[in-house]
Amino acid sequence: MSGLPIGRDRVLVLEKRGHFSQSAALLVPVISIICALFGGSLFLLATGYDPVEIYVTMLSGAFGSAYGLSETVVKAIPLMLCGLAVSVAFRMQLWNIGAEGQLYMGAVAASWVALFHGEGSRLGVLALMFLAAAAAGGIWGLIPAIPRALFKVNETITTLMLNYVAILYSNYLVYGPWKDPKGMNFPLSAVFPEHATLPYFGDTRIHLGLVFGLIAAVMLYIILWHTRWGYEIRVIGESPVAARYAGMNIARNILLVMALSGGLAGLAGMAEVSGITQRLQPNLSPGYGYTAIIVAWLGRLNPFAITGVSFLLAGLLVGGYNMQMSGLPAATVSILQGAILFFILGGEILTKYHLRIRDARGIEVAE
Amino acid sequence: MKDPLIVVLLSTAVIAGTPLLFAALGEILSERAGVLNLGVEGMMLVGAVSGYIATVQSGNHWVGVIAALGAGGMMAAIHAFLSVTLRANQVVSGLALTIFGTGLSAFLGKGYIGRPVPDVFKPVEIPVLSRIPYAGKILFEHDSLVYLSFLLVIMIWIIVFKTRWGLNLRAVGENPAAADSMGIPVYLTRYLCVISGGMLAGLGGAYLSLAYAPTWVENMTSGRGWIAVALVIFAVWHPGKAIVGAYIFGGVDSLGFHIQAMGDKALFLKDVSPFFLQMLPYILTIIVLIIVTSETKKRRVGTPASLGLPYDREER
Amino acid sequence: MTTPLVKMVSITKRFPGVTANKDIYFELRPGEIHALLGENGAGKSTLMNILTGLYMPDEGDIYIRGTKVKFSSPRGAIESGIGMVHQHFRLVPTFSVAENVIMGSGDHGFFVNMKSVEEKLARFSGEYGINVMPGSKIWQLSVGEQQRVEIVKMLYRGTNIMILDEPTAVLTPQESRELFATLRRMADMGKGIIVISHKIQEVLDNADRITVLRDGRYVDTFSGKDTDSRKLTMAMVDRDISFGQNLADKPKGNFILRLKGLTVLGDRGQKALKSLSLNLCKGEILGIAGVAGNGQKELAEVIAGLREVAAGDIEVRGERFTGKSARAMIDAGISLIPEDRLGTGLVGPLNIMENSILKNYRSGEVASGWFINWKRVREYAHRLVDKFDVKTTGVDAPVRMLSGGNLQKLLLAREITNDPDVIVAVYPVRGLDVGAIEFVRNILLRQRDTGKGILLISEELEELFMLSDRVAVIHEGEIMGILDREDFDLERVGRLMAGEREEGAYERAANR
Repeated sequence: MSGLPIGRDRVLVLEKRGHFSQSAALLVPVISIICALFGGSLFLLATGYDPVEIYVTMLSGAFGSAYGLSETVVKAIPLMLCGLAVSVAFRMQLWNIGAEGQLYMGAVAASWVALFHGEGSRLGVLALMFLAAAAAGGIWGLIPAIPRALFKVNETITTLMLNYVAILYSNYLVYGPWKDPKGMNFPLSAVFPEHATLPYFGDTRIHLGLVFGLIAAVMLYIILWHTRWGYEIRVIGESPVAARYAGMNIARNILLVMALSGGLAGLAGMAEVSGITQRLQPNLSPGYGYTAIIVAWLGRLNPFAITGVSFLLAGLLVGGYNMQMSGLPAATVSILQGAILFFILGGEILTKYHLRIRDARGIEVAE
Repeated sequence: MKDPLIVVLLSTAVIAGTPLLFAALGEILSERAGVLNLGVEGMMLVGAVSGYIATVQSGNHWVGVIAALGAGGMMAAIHAFLSVTLRANQVVSGLALTIFGTGLSAFLGKGYIGRPVPDVFKPVEIPVLSRIPYAGKILFEHDSLVYLSFLLVIMIWIIVFKTRWGLNLRAVGENPAAADSMGIPVYLTRYLCVISGGMLAGLGGAYLSLAYAPTWVENMTSGRGWIAVALVIFAVWHPGKAIVGAYIFGGVDSLGFHIQAMGDKALFLKDVSPFFLQMLPYILTIIVLIIVTSETKKRRVGTPASLGLPYDREER
Repeated sequence: MTTPLVKMVSITKRFPGVTANKDIYFELRPGEIHALLGENGAGKSTLMNILTGLYMPDEGDIYIRGTKVKFSSPRGAIESGIGMVHQHFRLVPTFSVAENVIMGSGDHGFFVNMKSVEEKLARFSGEYGINVMPGSKIWQLSVGEQQRVEIVKMLYRGTNIMILDEPTAVLTPQESRELFATLRRMADMGKGIIVISHKIQEVLDNADRITVLRDGRYVDTFSGKDTDSRKLTMAMVDRDISFGQNLADKPKGNFILRLKGLTVLGDRGQKALKSLSLNLCKGEILGIAGVAGNGQKELAEVIAGLREVAAGDIEVRGERFTGKSARAMIDAGISLIPEDRLGTGLVGPLNIMENSILKNYRSGEVASGWFINWKRVREYAHRLVDKFDVKTTGVDAPVRMLSGGNLQKLLLAREITNDPDVIVAVYPVRGLDVGAIEFVRNILLRQRDTGKGILLISEELEELFMLSDRVAVIHEGEIMGILDREDFDLERVGRLMAGEREEGAYERAANR
């Protein structure tokens, strides 16, 4: 192998490890975040900001106060649900990047129940909203799954296109037929009746959606590692050829998994409208569906790790709002998110390869 | 004399299709060499903002174009390093590039929102050619970047299919092990193709901010990068077909604008909500993708055989 | 004495966990055909990959025509006139022959005129007496023709040192003879030819000198004239081996699997099997001989329910099974030992437990309702590992850490424990070392004796003759003839493999 030349007669080469390194697997996500923050600080310095001050602002904003902490948990709820959603699809090599649209469709369906079928007991209405959101998200996930299962149509593009369609549809509703006549012409739906809102924990804004997320993580874990279906998902994900050979129905599993994935993201939409905004409105999500991709990858597609990571990235989001007070655009958070993902991807290779320095004769110098 | 409606429609289709065309040509280069780059959206955004800032600062739009090319190329270099050298998952690496680019462009463009472009690309009539009835109006009364895109289609077509370079780069995308054994530098070829692809995506972005809009708005590509990726599949990795596809999508993209401008003359269409008209390009992309994929599957042609697969010489 | 073309001294190459080459010496002279002989895993391919610049040796020196060289990439080796024809051809299937030959070279100007390149190439290959069609696409060519393209490609690049990796594995005996005639012509023109092989007879018949490797080490170099097969065997394998041989009486069982006029499409939409008929009895091994790529893969897949039937019927135990799913075929007791062990037969990243239940994860043995009972899976996996002596660090280890032989043992253990009626084994010993080959062959024979029907697809005629009760020869998706054990004959099978049909073959296939 040629390797990367570093200085005279020295090359940096990658050598395949004999086995997968467990310690590297644990270290990589942590190191990735540190490297991304470090890279980010260089970038901030270069653009004339004080990285220390900004990171302190971020940190204290997200974790430094009771309010900040509760906001972090609030943001972690949709991230958790969407992260779990995309992780189960990723596990089958289905690149569902449509969680954002599935979230919006879930929100639309839940709002429809709340606005037009909101009579009855609180439990009944919430249950109906729950089911409607899961179904709408699930259907939105199924639409690209069908051509994928039948003709192998690239689901990355179709799921992403459907994000735009879903957001436009939701906007159409709040700017048009669902606009609150008493809302002074703002693009907002009417406020949900009280029994269509999720209960809060104490006097925080943390709502019952947190429990949905935690239960979903446990359920996904049980499905993946303790059921026949989960076994099929894992075999298909690692080797579709072997799955076919073992008599598994791949097309059916694509449909089921995408429906499950969309359904979970749809629930995130219900949690947002029912727990936070209490009505349908534009810009419901600051890109939860995309951040979820990072959550899923950082959590190595493991449901419990994803739960933990979603709090971290939620902290980054909340910290980002605080950063705006230092005059930085909110988009800085996306830069950090992208950078974290770069470092994870780059770091992953260390779980599979050794990094070695060799001299010109190919003799190892250092590891 | 007022031009017939169809001429106006097609002429705007060309303009709206041009950013898609640049980006799709870039992605064709990258994918022909076997590297899938889903970061087109991010590269276009960074290209758009860099081109815009450089033009505002220098007062010359060609400086903007060069800045956009450089910015797109640098973004693509990140993807090349991750996916070629470090053999990372190309899908996720591309997504990361899009997320990163979205943030970076918004960050860089913060102070520039609403600032006017001092030097916009303006239409230049090509003598003789622009006098051709209909076609002249549709194709030859545009700004110089449109003509550059015509040129690029022909150049890339010739390079890919008629030259030594093209043979080598296609070999790298089809069977890198074979290419390697013939002494073709696989990694270098992939780097060059991915980076030039990124430069073209950056140019596509700059077309939006310097000619099409011309202004800077956050997320102004609104999915065009993804449509460009879909276009590559539609075009079966062929630059000549990409130009047709780009104009079809361009036409649909500008349809909503025309319908609104026509007012009552648009008949029943005038009652359709603009939100639904805006959905058209996205829905069209999905439908076209389904049709093209099921067709090419029947004809068994197209995809470079090693697309998306990292190459490792010592893989045993 | 002339300077050797190649001299490799004290070559050592380590991979994680294995030393593939240890202190190897090798020398090639101009004008000779030099065979590199050894079992699978003896280090032949690694040594040649070092010579072609694909790998860098950890230790040792290489001299080309007396000059010390160091290749950091294949480019350096190509420039020194070294070319290798790999077992898996390094060709771009969608390119034409001419495009494959000239890619990577700078001799044709920036704008390539394919017409003139094609004419030039036709003249060039004619000089060596090799017939290729420069304009045709690779995917349209037979395996033998593709091999010729590889050889022409090397010659065209000015190769003086040509390495061929197991070149006869994909050829009929007649084609092999033709190949060696071509190689001899090339050697007479002063080129050096290295043939990697594990076939002793072939090497004795054709090579001027023979270097033997064993377990990654150099054993000795023999002159082709002064050695014999016993000496070579001793050098290659340092112990006595006894492959099982099928000596049993003719099977008298009933038909267990019948294929009637089966037509099946290949991956490119071509007819891979053309109205093929074949019957398999209980307690017999039916060998399928043929050059790779003549429908063997499709035959195995259609029986396993992995490929659609375009026309014709499949019957299992007299019952119609045409168009049934892979799952239905598994449930009907049909087991496939696939060619691609890791990837199709086993899932690399999953552990031994998870792989051991690939076929029976739905059965009550390891599952209760929707749930999998991992305690029972663990016991089950331990049973497989113990019974088939799979060497492993534990059932929690990912299977990709197993060696080739242990992979095949695990795969066989899983398939046989499910007690199938029909076993379709595709190249079951390919790439295995001697010990594992012995093990696999004995298992197949034992299964035959317990009354199972075995379809053995192999490219090694010796193996087929040793194990089979009958051998059917396949060519371009058709059965050219079926021979009983008393009629086994290398020449005759070779002719059938080349496509010469025997009268009455079809009737025999249908009626036996």
